[in-house]
Amino acid sequence: MDRRLIIEHIPRLRRYARALVGDRYVADDLVQDTLERAWNKFYLWRPGSDLRAWLFTIMHNVFVNQARRRRYEIEQAMDELPAVAVRATQGDQLELQDVDRVLRSLSAEQREVVLLVAVEQLTYEEVSCALDIPIGTVMSRLSRARERMRQLLGGQTVMPLKVVK
Amino acid sequence: MKTVTEAELHTYIDGVLSEGARAEVESWLASHPEDAERLRAYAEQNALLRSLYNPVLDEPVPAALLAVRPHAWRRYAAAAAIFALGIGLGWMVRGVFITPQMVPASLARLAATAHVVYSPEVRHPVEVPAGEEEHLVSWLSKRLGTALKAPQLAPLGYDLVGGRLLSGPQGPVAHFMYQDARGQRLTLYVSRQRGEPRDTAFRFSQEDRVAVFYWVDGNFGYALSGEVRREQLLKVAEVVYKQLNP
Repeated sequence: MDRRLIIEHIPRLRRYARALVGDRYVADDLVQDTLERAWNKFYLWRPGSDLRAWLFTIMHNVFVNQARRRRYEIEQAMDELPAVAVRATQGDQLELQDVDRVLRSLSAEQREVVLLVAVEQLTYEEVSCALDIPIGTVMSRLSRARERMRQLLGGQTVMPLKVVK
Repeated sequence: MKTVTEAELHTYIDGVLSEGARAEVESWLASHPEDAERLRAYAEQNALLRSLYNPVLDEPVPAALLAVRPHAWRRYAAAAAIFALGIGLGWMVRGVFITPQMVPASLARLAATAHVVYSPEVRHPVEVPAGEEEHLVSWLSKRLGTALKAPQLAPLGYDLVGGRLLSGPQGPVAHFMYQDARGQRLTLYVSRQRGEPRDTAFRFSQEDRVAVFYWVDGNFGYALSGEVRREQLLKVAEVVYKQLNP
């Protein structure tokens, strides 16, 4: 088994974990737990299949288990908060922190879908596999999450839109 | 005009639509400005999220993550370490069998044990109370043969209770105790480490109910223990580390 196969995915696992949990150290712990689990289950990975999607699946499972075990009370509380629009703090320019704050206000389920689609650029099918949910659920979570973010961000025009591949 | 579904609208900004489907969405958007505005906002969310988190890709990967190995290997290593430690202590052979790699694991266990023994103490939690901090620090510094400092954790809500001298497998150990307003206690265990001076990253160990962050810095091992959540303990450990390494 080739360690390099997994190691080259670490930066992207870190990016996703950071976006998912926010805190840098908690995120790296999540990556570490994911890597340990991946190593122990590496024999289950079919060579030729998408290793990255497989690693995201493992990270999802680790994340869900940790969340269950630790009962992220804050997160639960945030889910129940009424939607309050985030005001741009400097002129009409939305700040990246505002986007981050809004991202945190999503439920973990919605945040996972948004990040896998928007940042990790997985296809909807890949997200469906990684999170083990039907594609219809992927679409409804994505749609709700995006609309909630749009409303919280005030729906205003913020930055010149660049097309990023 | 054919009605465009919500899923097709999302696919328009996320994925690859066929030419035909793409043209259909575009003509829909031309006559549905609200949807067009909505999609523009969604595409912008994508761009903002990427600019927020793509920089993580350029950060150096922490060594601890590169060092992750299969568990079986680590279990074997841990067992071998405990075995070797036993031999090392049993034979009273100094520093030969105790390789630097295995010391930290025992450090976490020893620190957790000291935490469990002393932190429930009501009347005698420490030998020297915080009121005599200067004396405490100079006494423990003298015994450990280095200039110690008692980290100031008051900004995190933990006040120094005091400290005591303990006996560890490597000689004297300095033990500082802190307490928050609710009586939750944390202890910092500082012991000299055998072998070459070296530094390690933070490591974490859950010893039953006690969470321990531990690291080696030069010739000394440090372990912060408490019956608190890992994230909470990590925040304190980082402050301790920063104060000891200004």
